[in-house]
Amino acid sequence: MITAAAQEREHYLNTSYGIKSWLLTKDHKRIGLLYLATITLFFFLGGAFATLIRIELLTPQGDLVSSDTYNKLFTMHGVIMVFFFLIPSVPATLGNFFMPMMIGARDLAFPKINLLSWYLLVVGGLFTLFAMFAGGVDTGWTFYTPYSTTYSNTWVIATALGIFISGFSSILTGLNFIVTVHRMRAPGMTWFRLPLFVWANYATSLIQVLGTPVLAVTIVLLFCERVFHMGIFDPARGGDPVLFQHLFWFYSHPAVYIMVLPAMGVISELVSVFSRKPVFGYGFVAFSSVAIAVLGFLVWGHHLFVSTQSVYAGMVFSFLSYFVAIPSAIKVFNWTATLYKGSISFATPMLYAFGFVGLFTIGGLTGLFVACLGIDVHVTDTYFVVAHFHYIMVGGTIMAYLGGLHYWWPKMTGRMYPEAWAKLSALVIFLGFNLTFFPQFILGYLGMPRRYHVYPEEFQVLHVLSTAGASVLAVGYVIPMVYFIWSLRYGQVAGANPWGATGLEWKTASPPPLHNFDETPVVTHDAYDYSTVMEEGIEVG
Amino acid sequence: MTNHVDSVKTYTIIWIILLIGTAVTTVVAHVDLGPFSVVVALAIAACKTLLVALFFMHIRHSSRLTKLVVAGGLLWLGILLLLTMADFVSRGWLRGLRN
Amino acid sequence: MADRAHAETPALRVQFDTAEQQKDASTLGMWIFLITEIMFFGGLFLVYTVYRSIYPGVFAHASSSLNEVIGAINTAVLLCSSFTMVLAVRAAQLGQRKAIVIFLILTLVLGFVFLGVKAYEWNEKFVEHHVPGPTFHFEGLPAGDQGPAQLFFSLYFAMTGLHAFHMVIGAGILMVLIWQAKKGRYSADYMTPVDLGGLYWHFVDIIWIYLFPLLYLIDRHLLK
Repeated sequence: MITAAAQEREHYLNTSYGIKSWLLTKDHKRIGLLYLATITLFFFLGGAFATLIRIELLTPQGDLVSSDTYNKLFTMHGVIMVFFFLIPSVPATLGNFFMPMMIGARDLAFPKINLLSWYLLVVGGLFTLFAMFAGGVDTGWTFYTPYSTTYSNTWVIATALGIFISGFSSILTGLNFIVTVHRMRAPGMTWFRLPLFVWANYATSLIQVLGTPVLAVTIVLLFCERVFHMGIFDPARGGDPVLFQHLFWFYSHPAVYIMVLPAMGVISELVSVFSRKPVFGYGFVAFSSVAIAVLGFLVWGHHLFVSTQSVYAGMVFSFLSYFVAIPSAIKVFNWTATLYKGSISFATPMLYAFGFVGLFTIGGLTGLFVACLGIDVHVTDTYFVVAHFHYIMVGGTIMAYLGGLHYWWPKMTGRMYPEAWAKLSALVIFLGFNLTFFPQFILGYLGMPRRYHVYPEEFQVLHVLSTAGASVLAVGYVIPMVYFIWSLRYGQVAGANPWGATGLEWKTASPPPLHNFDETPVVTHDAYDYSTVMEEGIEVG
Repeated sequence: MTNHVDSVKTYTIIWIILLIGTAVTTVVAHVDLGPFSVVVALAIAACKTLLVALFFMHIRHSSRLTKLVVAGGLLWLGILLLLTMADFVSRGWLRGLRN
Repeated sequence: MADRAHAETPALRVQFDTAEQQKDASTLGMWIFLITEIMFFGGLFLVYTVYRSIYPGVFAHASSSLNEVIGAINTAVLLCSSFTMVLAVRAAQLGQRKAIVIFLILTLVLGFVFLGVKAYEWNEKFVEHHVPGPTFHFEGLPAGDQGPAQLFFSLYFAMTGLHAFHMVIGAGILMVLIWQAKKGRYSADYMTPVDLGGLYWHFVDIIWIYLFPLLYLIDRHLLK
């Protein structure tokens, strides 16, 4: 198919060379790769903190690090993983690269703003790294007052400033995506022909735009309180620390959906392509993304069940929290229904998709436990909660992120990854993940509190299992890193459409030309119409 | 967005109404309206906002999408205020029941 | 559809097919940005609502120490600047290049008048020890109410301060617009930057329309 001569054609990677052509690029594809490199660094940094935490927890005594250091470890793990890996993960890399291509556009609506938002993430990251090297921060990633404003004598402000700046990165990405979906669709690309990945990213952008500014103003208030002692969160001066929690979780609960919605979008693509069927109930899946984005803003009070929040408000928030289960379940059921009588292929991305569906289901169902006011009082601040949100964020988001990365890797680089190694690592990650986090459900239910590094001896067996799982998981994450880099040079050359997929991104060469398409595509079919692929006779890899 | 151009006269009328609104809200603040004083103050502010948005910011001639964006933003502000106040307002209720 | 490859100009960037598409995209982008601003100030309005509902009496006392006449005059100044701004946008729509510059300069001058008055008011607070901090003291209130009174002034400074910060950014935008307008960049065909600058300016005006009654005019009648 693709000859050596064809490899010489011009594409986005060889139109210009040199560091300047990357650092000043306005091409969404290159910016996507810049994000990919940046968040990979942060991922392994956050992973290093997790490793130290797990090693410390091997024994019931605090023998590796002091309590102060341990506080800093889990804080930096949380801050880096949440704000500098998970939030930008799928939207800023895969979304940035593929969303414009999927709607048939030459670029995002505001390419310069897109580049700016990458720089903001980097600058915010540098502030956070500075805080880390200067001595770290120990408030937990949630920065609860009055500890963060009055008592902690660590680098709260530098870290918070880093998060503040990276927040603007997130806001600008969301703004850019919304305008792009509204204004840049190719002729014939109606809303209900959009791939579900685009719908998911659109819904995510809504959260980024509506939620992140509240986090920004919360950080401004935190700063004012810490520096000027204004009293806004200080009970001694008439303020209320719980107000901080309201403001913080108004953003940070929906932020969970910033992490998982685009991941769900990836899964919709994967499940359809690798069972060669249109997604069952397209409209339901599309609207469930929007529904999750909206409902996500109505439930933040379930993080405040054991605070001084009124029990009546608690009941309302508990009740509303259950509603998120409806659109989430619609997605899971519809993916499953898509598989029915499909021609299922067990290619690596599909393995990740299966992993996602299983792990997300466990994460989601345990979410119902913690949404229930009565049970949550028992498991608040225990490893049950830790396990629950890692099933969503790691089992959900990272599985989908890796699945998407494998799926679109041939398009991004023009090369295939080695399938056998990829399948092996998918398996290792799935097993390692479950071994790490499943014991934590039991630990938490038995009463092991989070954020402690000294614990009663009867918890040791489960902690050792968890640490063993984490070691397996770490190996699983390093393997793709190695073979992805290897494949850049030695990987098999990929054709334009190695999976026989239907999206517009597969209708252009791999890697794509500078402005994505040689001719603006005209869309005449619904998404996931596999009869069109057959007609065109594209070789199925 | 359309390229609709409003007349200077329209803008002047709106401007004068806005100035009158400012004067009225200042004067009314000195009148005892009980709990309604804040309601009146906010109602006047809302009217002024509406005039600025509809005429000066051309929402009158804007697309439905723009109107939807603005309405969505206000709705989300409402969610933030309403659900948080639901907590602060109902905090004393339980104590009230016990007594 | 227009040709795929067209030269990049400010009025038609390479990613757009038509100037109208670009204008629509920019306008939508600006409105979404304003929504983020609503949510940003929204956090402060929430804090204000919570503490005013908890300490209504103290807030009324503290509020009445502000000079409402100066506040009202400053509101009028800002409304006038919105009026001149909308005339500048109108001039741009009609392609009256000189009028754009004149109205933009008028807007900028009124903006500076507002900031000047604001600076005078802030200075007064320093003189009266109404600035939150160790020296804060509000006469006529018992020791137990000093904290809530300080909360009022914390919010006063946070809200007017952030508003003033937005005004300063607005002034910067106006200066760029004036400079570009003087060079004759804007015409009836390409005036999006003036239009968007106007939207931003009016938005900052709207924030003040709420700040004025909420900060200056709380239950004035109680304290006569």
